[in-house]
Amino acid sequence: MKRSSVSSRLMLGAVIYLVILGAAAIAAPVISPYSPTDQHLENRFAPPGHKYILGTDNFGRDNFSRMIYGSRSALLVGIVSVSIAVTIGITVGIIAALSTGIIDNILMLLMDSVLSFPTILLAITVVSFLGYGLLQVMTAIGVIFSPVFARLVRAEALSIKTEEYVEASRAMGSPAVKIVFLHIMPNLMGKVVVQASITFALSIVIEASLSYLGLGTQPPTPSWGLMLKDARNYLVQAPWMSIYPGLALAMTVLSFNIIGDTLSEKINPRIVKK
Amino acid sequence: MPLIIFIIKRFFRLILTVLLVSTIIFFVIRVIPGDPAAVIAGIDATQADVAAIRAQLGTDKPISVQYIHWLRSVALFDFGNSMITGEPVTKQILKRFPITLTLATLGILMGMLIAIPLGVISAVKRWSPVDYFGMLLSQIGMAVPSFWLGIILLLLFAVKIHIFPLFGSGGIKYYILPSLSLGLARAAVILRLTRASMVEELSKEYIITARAKGLTERLVKYKHALKNALIPVITVSGIQFGYMLGGAIIIEQVFSLPGLGRLFLTGIYQRDFTLIQGGVVFIAFVFSLINFLVDILYSVLNPKIRVG
Repeated sequence: MKRSSVSSRLMLGAVIYLVILGAAAIAAPVISPYSPTDQHLENRFAPPGHKYILGTDNFGRDNFSRMIYGSRSALLVGIVSVSIAVTIGITVGIIAALSTGIIDNILMLLMDSVLSFPTILLAITVVSFLGYGLLQVMTAIGVIFSPVFARLVRAEALSIKTEEYVEASRAMGSPAVKIVFLHIMPNLMGKVVVQASITFALSIVIEASLSYLGLGTQPPTPSWGLMLKDARNYLVQAPWMSIYPGLALAMTVLSFNIIGDTLSEKINPRIVKK
Repeated sequence: MPLIIFIIKRFFRLILTVLLVSTIIFFVIRVIPGDPAAVIAGIDATQADVAAIRAQLGTDKPISVQYIHWLRSVALFDFGNSMITGEPVTKQILKRFPITLTLATLGILMGMLIAIPLGVISAVKRWSPVDYFGMLLSQIGMAVPSFWLGIILLLLFAVKIHIFPLFGSGGIKYYILPSLSLGLARAAVILRLTRASMVEELSKEYIITARAKGLTERLVKYKHALKNALIPVITVSGIQFGYMLGGAIIIEQVFSLPGLGRLFLTGIYQRDFTLIQGGVVFIAFVFSLINFLVDILYSVLNPKIRVG
């Protein structure tokens, strides 16, 4: 099988998985067999079967329903965090690229100092100050990932700025705002989309990690990370509790990574040859 | 630029980073709502009790005095006493740090041990089954969150077959699964880089020259190319080692290892501000120190970098 056909099949699989996940998140109240928070104490630790397809947890809550509702938290975090990161990143990146000297230097020094620390450590520290919860986590992740976009946008904008058509437009007297929105922005969107896809995946992992540590989504709101936190205590009694939420998490991350990789090959075909 | 000047310049950046982190954490802790003294005193405390604790913590003094005092304590590596247990923070950190260091060291070793051989073979035999296996492994390694991998490894090797303990600390057997969980994600990154770096070296002109001289393929690939291809791999592995300190926080929680990460989390759960600020500065210091050493190593291996 040719490489290109392997990668387009992977891409198709990733898109299908994400469409199903998105649909499940939207239609959660309709398709969930049970309420995600209702406790059926008489059915604690029920293994996967006819009544509960993915089993129940330590409170007798239906795992499948909790996973469907958990996809809402995961996708919400991805969407909100990436939007924050992209907005801050593009703004800072463009400002840095258009201003030279001291402002550019200060902005980039600031961005680099954020970039140089382990993301999860930063996220934990920021959340411990902002307080626990989904909103705080989304804000923290968005801010922490914004330097990635700022760096990318600045580098792209700097190279686009020297292109002949931009020079020509400037020579004709176009105002800076017009140049930014007409010439620079459209040309760097491709790389921003690739990075956004990868960042989406990372945001979901960080939300899950923080929820696992008890600093993210708070119970009883379902979240994959929170489900895994409960699961850790019942590895012997209920292994299914830890398998399925993690699988959903990993598949989601994998899908976004595949989409990011495929898009970046399409935008920059040179990489494929290597 | 001579090496010594490069080291001195780079050392100043290390100091600057630690200073910057110390300053940020100091002000962040002071702008968040809530008086630490009131937290310690509890809800039944009188005004006088709170004032006494405030005096003891030094939070009754002007902020500039507190800041100078804080910078002095960072310089002396003395982060004060825990607000909850009263134990010196530095002592607690140093007691827990060896566990985290062991975990991260074993993790990076496992990552490199998996990634480098596989990456080299993938590059030499491109688009072979080994290469596809490597790509699959690196995709999985990047997609599977390390804490879930840890849980699955526990399920397989502690619950199904009782090879490793379910939690706790002690001998080396308590470290195998945690460091494997940490190492696999890092292996994915190192593998991709090893492959790319080796592919690039193999396409360079000196390789053609070496082949033209009539050297054996083995010598050309595994001596000439590999030696140069490993330079970026080693430095990136060093940086990955630093990132493991972050990953260790959550892995220690999964495996109940009493390392620095768990200490830091305890500080966060109990809102122990002295422990949090000491922990952040210490981790930032260790992380910057690792990056500093990696930069020096890289400049020794590849002198071109010093020009920049």
